[in-house]
Amino acid sequence: MVGASLAGLSAARSLRKQGYDGRLVVIGDELHRPYDRPPLSKEFLAGTMGEADLVLEMDDEDLGAEWLLGARATGLDRTDRAVRLADGREVRADGIVVATGAAARTLPGSEGLAGVHVLRTLDDARSLREELAGGGRLVVIGGGFVGAEVASTAYALGLDVTVVEVAPTPLAGPLGETMGAIVSALHADHGVRLLCGVGVKGLSGERRVDAVLLEDGRSVPADIVVVGVGARPCVEWLEGSGVELDNGVKCGADGRTSLAGVVAVGDCANWYDPRAGAHRRVEHWTGARERPDAAIATLLAWGATEPGVPRPPYFWSDQYGVKIQFAGHAAGADSVTIEEGAADDRNVLAVYRRAGEPVAALGMNQPRLFTRWRKQLARTTS
Amino acid sequence: MMIPACPLADLPRGEAFRLEIDPPVTVFHTEDGELFAIDDTCTHQDASLADGWVEDCWVECPLHASKFNLKTGEVDAPPAKLPVRTHEVVVDNGMVYVKLSTVAPNLPHCVARKLAGTLA
Repeated sequence: MVGASLAGLSAARSLRKQGYDGRLVVIGDELHRPYDRPPLSKEFLAGTMGEADLVLEMDDEDLGAEWLLGARATGLDRTDRAVRLADGREVRADGIVVATGAAARTLPGSEGLAGVHVLRTLDDARSLREELAGGGRLVVIGGGFVGAEVASTAYALGLDVTVVEVAPTPLAGPLGETMGAIVSALHADHGVRLLCGVGVKGLSGERRVDAVLLEDGRSVPADIVVVGVGARPCVEWLEGSGVELDNGVKCGADGRTSLAGVVAVGDCANWYDPRAGAHRRVEHWTGARERPDAAIATLLAWGATEPGVPRPPYFWSDQYGVKIQFAGHAAGADSVTIEEGAADDRNVLAVYRRAGEPVAALGMNQPRLFTRWRKQLARTTS
Repeated sequence: MMIPACPLADLPRGEAFRLEIDPPVTVFHTEDGELFAIDDTCTHQDASLADGWVEDCWVECPLHASKFNLKTGEVDAPPAKLPVRTHEVVVDNGMVYVKLSTVAPNLPHCVARKLAGTLA
């Protein structure tokens, strides 16, 4: 198991559940046992959740695994199916699960400048939490989900917050233009400045950041900067291994890679989606939790199982006290209608359709109806 | 303590009825026609399991996908780690009653604080 976060842990659980009782080695590049990342931008950052609350293993859980933590995989040798580690060790295996996740993209030229953060790991969150406690002016670069959640949390902590987004509408990729605009209006509702359609030229400051410089010549004063411009799959270590890479690890609909005995799950895995008729790399918690079951079935019985159709991708976000939930794929929808609630009330159930067929649903503070639509989507698109 | 929930006729299969007591309890009528009552609040965060996805005898939390067994209250996997309480369901004369468990509930931090009155 290369990767010790949710996808790796879920795969380890699936292995044991599906009857594998042999040796199991879990390799993780962070020093921590598996922990939950979604709260890092929300409750953990806000201080209402501690580190113990993030632990993903049950108290009495024993997977019978050997944990190699703080060990980074640097290569995979296909001939004897061995994983090479940065410290020179080598782990040979009969089957390999690639679950190395993704890493936060950074802003070129921001290295070494104090006050500049990304948010991906527990260590990132610890250091950002400490800094936010001092208050001041926060500029968030990127109006995606991580950026929006950090903005929302920092606003609640009393900071002066500005969000800069290069696209004309934040969240237009995952949610489409119409709903992206409605969801990102939450910033303005709370007096958080949102600057859209403008890129970032760079950061200014000697040892510590003091402003974000925009492409249009404006300069936004900042005491703290969070760079939330997406993540890239951590698959460099597989280059030249024979595992085909294409926007992460290219996988079939059951997690298989181009190498027998190697499957991939989680944020690094670009699974074929039979619904979409294309490969899609899903960077959501629920994918990391659900898909290992199928991938492990594949690993244990190579070629003998038929890939099932996974449930439509689902993710959630909490911003300014509004519960946002989304299932399906917005891309390819030709219409979106608000079926319940009103955009102005930030209380909405919206359904995306293509040629009249529902393909996605978005809820803002509508958990009950949202579940109904999520079930509906699983039925109509399977 | 036996609490009247709702007439059985008002609770078709596949539906759930939330009893607005403190803490709330939900009665599930499964597609197979069985009736179960469990605590309504997910043990991880303040989410109503009545809004969740019921399949076989499990309800999936509407927010973060932990599943709770309707018969035993056990949870399948984190983020929730503690079981919910189960309560006995009695149908008498077309009326659904819930016999409340006397065990202490496993409420998420935020709700527990709210109940204790330390959260505004």
